[in-house]
Amino acid sequence: MQKLLLLGDEAIAQGALDGGISGIYAYPGTPSTEITEYVQASRFAKENNIHSAWSANEKTAMEAGLGMSYAGKRAMVCMKHVGLNVAADAFINSSITGVNGGLIVVSADDPSMHSSQNEQDSRFYGNFAMIPMLEPANQQEAYDMAYHGYELSEKFKLPVLLRITTRLAHSRAGVQTLEQKPQNKNSFPSDLRQFVLLPSIARRNYKTLLSNQGAIEIASEESRFNKYIDGSDKSLGIITTGIAYNYLMENFQDQKLNHPVLKIGQYPIPRKQVMKMVNECDKILVLEEGYPIVEEMLKGYQEAGTPVTGRLDGTLPRDGELNPNLVAKALGIETVLDGTIPELVKNRPPSMCTGCGHIDAYTALAEALAQYGEGRVFSDIGCYTLGALPPYNAINSCVDMGASITMAKGAADAGLIPSVAVIGDSTFTHSGITGLIDCVSENSPVTIIISDNFTTGMTGGQDSKALGRIEDICKGVGVDPDHIKVFRPTKKNMDEMVQIMKDELAFNGVSVIIPRRQCVQTMKNKELAEQLVKLNLK
Amino acid sequence: MKTDIILAGVGGQGILSIAATIGMAALHNDLFLKQAEVHGMSQRGGAVQSNMRISDKPIASDLIPMGAADIILSVEPMESLRYLPFLKKEGWVVTNTTPFINIPNYPELEEIIAEIKKRKNHIAIDADSIAAEFGSKRSSNIVMLGAASPFFEISFESFEEGIRKIFARKGEDIINVNIQALRAGRDFTEKNR
Repeated sequence: MQKLLLLGDEAIAQGALDGGISGIYAYPGTPSTEITEYVQASRFAKENNIHSAWSANEKTAMEAGLGMSYAGKRAMVCMKHVGLNVAADAFINSSITGVNGGLIVVSADDPSMHSSQNEQDSRFYGNFAMIPMLEPANQQEAYDMAYHGYELSEKFKLPVLLRITTRLAHSRAGVQTLEQKPQNKNSFPSDLRQFVLLPSIARRNYKTLLSNQGAIEIASEESRFNKYIDGSDKSLGIITTGIAYNYLMENFQDQKLNHPVLKIGQYPIPRKQVMKMVNECDKILVLEEGYPIVEEMLKGYQEAGTPVTGRLDGTLPRDGELNPNLVAKALGIETVLDGTIPELVKNRPPSMCTGCGHIDAYTALAEALAQYGEGRVFSDIGCYTLGALPPYNAINSCVDMGASITMAKGAADAGLIPSVAVIGDSTFTHSGITGLIDCVSENSPVTIIISDNFTTGMTGGQDSKALGRIEDICKGVGVDPDHIKVFRPTKKNMDEMVQIMKDELAFNGVSVIIPRRQCVQTMKNKELAEQLVKLNLK
Repeated sequence: MKTDIILAGVGGQGILSIAATIGMAALHNDLFLKQAEVHGMSQRGGAVQSNMRISDKPIASDLIPMGAADIILSVEPMESLRYLPFLKKEGWVVTNTTPFINIPNYPELEEIIAEIKKRKNHIAIDADSIAAEFGSKRSSNIVMLGAASPFFEISFESFEEGIRKIFARKGEDIINVNIQALRAGRDFTEKNR
């Protein structure tokens, strides 16, 4: 039992390791990446054969985690909020199969979209799946919830959703660890058809899930992660979820908070405590990071008619993350500011690194496309999305993992010929291959640029699952080998690159162009260097 | 005792090594600590900051409220101005004067320095030159930390101890260069505050 200085993400990983997991499954995604990286770097995990290799995408991760649970062991599955969309089929159905070994699914939300295309709230998925949900307020709770979440999961035979947001994921604080638990032994589910979701079995399992809802709610009411802190001033009751509690208390460091506070860390929301507040207080303020989920529930939850305020009535902004000042304003506490940002301060947006291969690929593409005019480039999720910004202005879409290829196909179907897709090697493996099959099966006139830098760059240089196999995959799904072109994107090769792109843009069928050069951020990665030599890529 | 620090810079400039050293110094004194960082997309050459909070009592928020920071410690001059709304009235701006220019519309340096000097409590230090004087440009971040160190309620020895721990694996020479950098920064502030 020791005290460690950990990021929220790392606290979850340490809690899972101490809680007896046998494996962690994930695809990198900010702000969730450091959970899996912590396990990958853990000597304890290596010595105890705890699985931690990256999965191809969040869906395969979720399914593998469920498989480990089937076999009786404890597993963790991690992703960013939009990753849960990818994993949703497996995730929602895992509440119908239930689990055998404990299963915790971590979804890291990104309110204010620091590194994301939306700020969806994963708690909707938890409610949708009707499973217990945990939301820590600090790094210690993050650890404790991962550690104790397995007991909750195994008690109800259900997966547990652990939801965090960016600020906790990437903030460090001291964490007290607990006793290391042993891994589960292998065991079969007591009913070998528990995981067979034939309609007849699914109907039965679903009824079981429904009948368990009362017990799950009681568990919330009795949970140590839900605290009712009474106060004498009942003109207002305050409900906080997750880290919103910290922002509330930040405003009461030098003065006493006299209003009752319900601090929620476990869902479904604890009815008994909520009703106590509703019945005793004149008004309720809901502070939650993300969508106004609790606020909306409360509005339809209680017959007392107690007014509820929060994000929906403008007391707090409808979008973006909370902070101490927004909460202060909601409570009528004035913030005294001394400085403003001088006008001369300019924005400094993120940009592609100096020497990045994506830049050379975009430069060549711009020249090759000049004769066709703008508006034809469908891109994807990765560093190359930064090609949307000046001076490149190179792309016209970025929607979800893999959407470049399929959107280019749809646009080509609509007559936009040539249509171009730009996708990275890791994103291609994540969700691009199935789209490529669609293109091949209809011989769609699309030019697909797989900008291969041997890594998952944006999240910090994690493995690329199809390292050295991109061409083979393309050939395997049926792309004509004569229209798979590989080159090294450099300024020196510009003429050759432009010519190849022009030729393939003019081809009336599926082309795959692979500009291939190592990510400059991974140059110090010795393991990758060895792999590249072995695969004859360097 | 409570010190709230906004660490500012540009992605890749290494403000997290400053944070790590402060963190070690805080742990050395058995203080509570919360430190929020920026990871992911915005790291790539963009404006980055870290909220660092140290206290002898438990800390509530991971984020420093506006108007509450004691110190803005910036390794880049324009970035020191971006977070002024977070600084309290008597708070200190401690900034490097060497610009990091990766945008086409970067303002004139003199105008930036003039803005910095409008703050009564400011330390503007050419940390890169000072670090270069003893042959280690890479330790300019530690010069910056040294320049801010008089405004912490943490002893200078604790910072030295933090450096010894952070650079322990890199050998005695690197440790000494960085302790020299730390002292040079502190000396500058003592002379110019």
